[in-house]
Formats: sequence, structure tokens, C-alpha cells
Amino acid sequence: MTIMIDLKNVSYRYPVSDDFVLKNISFSIEKGKFSAIVGNNGSGKTTLCNTIRGFVPHFYKGDLDGEVIIDQTKMADYQLGQLGEKVGYVFQNPFIQVSGVKDNVFEEVAYGLENLGVPVEEIKIRVEEVLKLVKIEHLRDKNPFELSGGQRQRVALASIIVMDPEILVIDEPTSQLDPIGTEQIFDIIRLMKERGKTIILVEHKMDLIAEYADDLLVMHEGELVMQGPVREVFADPEFEKYQIQYPHVTEIALQLQKLGTALSFIPIRDEELAKALNRTGVAIHD
Amino acid sequence: MTELHLNNVSFSYPDGTKALENLTLSIATGERVAIVGQNGAGKTTAVKLMNGLLKPTEGTVLVGDWNTKDFTTAQVSRKVGYVFQNPDDQIFHNDVESEVRFGPKNMGFEPERVDELTHWAMDLCGISEFADENPYNLPYSVRKFVTIASVLAMDSDIIILDEPTAGQDKIGLQILGNLLQVLEEKKKSVITITHDMEFVTDYFTRIVVMANRQLVADDNAQKIFYNTEVLEKSMLKPPAVAQMAKLLDFPSGILSKGQLIKVILSQRGQ
Repeated sequence: MTIMIDLKNVSYRYPVSDDFVLKNISFSIEKGKFSAIVGNNGSGKTTLCNTIRGFVPHFYKGDLDGEVIIDQTKMADYQLGQLGEKVGYVFQNPFIQVSGVKDNVFEEVAYGLENLGVPVEEIKIRVEEVLKLVKIEHLRDKNPFELSGGQRQRVALASIIVMDPEILVIDEPTSQLDPIGTEQIFDIIRLMKERGKTIILVEHKMDLIAEYADDLLVMHEGELVMQGPVREVFADPEFEKYQIQYPHVTEIALQLQKLGTALSFIPIRDEELAKALNRTGVAIHD
Repeated sequence: MTELHLNNVSFSYPDGTKALENLTLSIATGERVAIVGQNGAGKTTAVKLMNGLLKPTEGTVLVGDWNTKDFTTAQVSRKVGYVFQNPDDQIFHNDVESEVRFGPKNMGFEPERVDELTHWAMDLCGISEFADENPYNLPYSVRKFVTIASVLAMDSDIIILDEPTAGQDKIGLQILGNLLQVLEEKKKSVITITHDMEFVTDYFTRIVVMANRQLVADDNAQKIFYNTEVLEKSMLKPPAVAQMAKLLDFPSGILSKGQLIKVILSQRGQ
């Protein structure tokens, strides 16, 4: 397998700060994998995203130690513009991603491609396709600043997907979205995975991570404390000590276990609970 | 002591876009209400009408005995504090404490009371340690708490939180839960918009469901999350516990993790 993202002993501190926000982080992510970064707020997740997309150190200065290799090339050897094509980044806050120079959604989504010098005809085709994919065709003529938080979050995602980067770094894409909208976003991310994209996602909604992601990276106070397949990490007793949300079903299962109920395995999806309890789903009514 | 009454309230933007249709809703002093529904359902419009940021095109909004049409937003906001959905729409000071202090100071409270309210609100929101920080150096989720503290410090009778759960981790959700308890003890009415159904079932009994600019249901959590018609109409997803209970074929009404665990244990004779 090709390694797409490779970090070796990476530490970083922002300018004029005394403390390192990333501490000696090493991991490799294979091409086509969907990895979720979890951890409580302030644990370094967004800074880690900024490192993968090259904003650390190309844009934010500060001290960066160790090595960041993206698709076999060292970070230091990229220009920030080249990285923009390689790594798509969807902002945590959709209110700040919107460019402010375009007065409708169609042009906003087309903006990145224009900057890459893509021919106009091709831009039109690609934008149409993405508007449909992200289900925002009806917003095409609206001013991006008149959209609701959830709508802007979709426009932000569309603006990045349209550029077709190999790596997608997505920072809490659903924080402003309702549950159905959230699932739609996850379905789009899954589609990107099926197209062979390498995906890094920061998210607090563990039920969705359990359902969609391959691997989990757990951040705690700037350190990468756990990593591995989603199921293994959630089932590892060590996870509990970082005070991070579990998938709801896992939380229930662990409580049952503490109360002496035998489980055949630790469930991470709602539909697994019956099996874990060795129930066949036979109705028991009073 | 301030009651809130919306009587047949509709709102359209000047270009004619309808954002809310015929909403009737009363909220008693000290009551805690969650408003849920899809993006674009009219939730934010409804709460902006409650604090006078928007004035109804039809119907009346009464805050206590004030008709919001007859008062300025500045006047109404002394009674109804609104925490914006996007913290960056609200923050304008260079450090957290000045941001929180601005509200009570501007209300003309005595300096001691301003101090007291500022520190109380910062403590309650878990941001005292960031008092001297620039809010824009803090993560989004913490900035949200800065805006909540700024509104709490104004000591209004009614407080509206617009999506406080967005982007919050486990610790943030615990701070919010605690804050709701404290506000209830102080007899404040709290109206919360959220998409987090677990948060709703953990902390709210009364739930207002909106869809397509209208009220769909106003009832308790058990009735709402087990009402297929309401769920379909509003495209709501019930909390995970309700879904698990359904998969296990348990009788309806289970909403909390504790209830579910109890039923599982009792079936196993434990």
C-alpha cells in the first residue's frame, strides 16, 4: 500500500508560545483510508490538521520539529499553492471559509478551480456535478452570506470537493447540521472514500465515526495517545481515561459490563447491541 | 418574573421570503424548553422574534407585558438575552473578561454587581482561566462559552441559547448541563436550540418541534421521540437510546441510558 500521509516525531509550537501543542507525533496513513481524529477541545486536533495541509509551517510560523511527508514528498519541498491541489481542507467554521469575493453559491464553488486556471467549460461541468452531489443545487443563485449555518457548511464542503484533491482534511463538517444533514455529509465522505480519496476527519459524533471511519487517532494534550482500527480503539479500556465521548451504544455496553452483564464483544453500532447481549431479537413483552 | 407569549406570529423578510408561519407558544417563568428541527425550519427566526431582533409581520410577541413592537431591541434584550449561533457574530473585545463585563456594565448595574455577575458567569461557563486571553485565540467551542457568559452576565430573566452544543466535546456538554441546572435554580427561563437529541433527552422535558417554518409539536420527550408521525414530518432522528430500544423490541418510552440499562438487566433477572 502507498503511504499518503507520514508524520515522524512531529512537534510544533505556535509563535510566541512557550508550550508545544503537538508533542512528538508519529503515524502513517495509507492511501484510501478514512481516519478520524478524536480528542477533547484543545487537544491539538485542528493544529494537527493544519500540519497535514501544510499551513504549519508554510503559513503559521513557529517551531516545527520532525518530518511531515505527504505523498512521498517532504512538506518543506512543497509550495503552499501545490499543496492546495493535493490536500483539500474544509474549515471547522463555515462562516470563515466563504471567500467573500463571490456573490452567489455557484461562483463560490467555482472559485478554487478558477484560481487553478481550469478551462471555463470544465469548471461548469464540475461545479454542476458537485452542487448535485452535495444537494445544494437550489442554492446556486443565493449569496453565500445569506445562507444558514448548515447550508454554508455544505457550500464549504462542495468548494473543496470540486477541486478533486487526493487528500481531504475535514474539520468538524457537521457541527451546524441537523441529524439528517449530518448523515448526508457522511454519505458524501463515504463516496469520496469510494473514489479512493484519503480522508482525515475531526469529529465529535462518535456514533457516526463508528459507522463510517476505518481508523481512529486519539489526541490528548498534544500527544497522539492511541491509534488503530476504530473498533479496537473504542474497545480498549485505555480510551476511557481520556474523558472522550464513546459511541452511545458502547457507553451502555460498558456500563452493563461493569454491572456484571456478560457481553460477547463490545458493540460500537446500535444494531450490534442485541448480538453482544446474545439476544436474537425475539420480542419480550409484558 | 417574565412570561413569554407568541400569539399567531408570522415573519417574512422584506423580499417576501417567509421564515415563520403562525407560531403560538407560551413559556412560563423558569421553564426550560428545547427547540428542535431541521436546518431552515424557522428555529432561529422564532427565537430572534422573542428578543426583539426581529419584529413580527403578523401576530404579537409579548415579553412580560411588553409587546416587542413597541420597544427597541436594546430594551427587550434586557429581559431576553440571546446567544448567537455563531460566536464570531457576537464577540468584539480583545480579552474574554472585557467581553463578559460589557453587558452588565452597559446595563448600568452597580460596579460590585458588575464584578459579581462577570465572575459568576465566567466560572459557570468554565472560562475563568482564559480571562485575559483574546477570544480569537480560543477554540470555537470555548468562544461559544465566552458568548454564553456574556449573555448570562446581563442577568436577564429569559435566556436563549442558539445551538450551544455545536462542536462541544464531553466536557463542554457537562458544563452546559450544569449551567442549565444553575439557571433553573435561579428561576431563569431557558430556551435552547439544538440538534443534539441526547442532550435534549438528558436535560429537557418540554420539546418544541419545528418543520417548514411551522410548529409541528410541543410536548414531552417520550411523546415526541416515539411519535412516528412527528418524527417523519420533522425529519428528526430519535436519540440513540430510543433506536436501540426499538432494535431490541422493547416497549416504547425508553429515552435515557439508565432506563435502557435497567430494562436489559431486569430481563436477565439481575
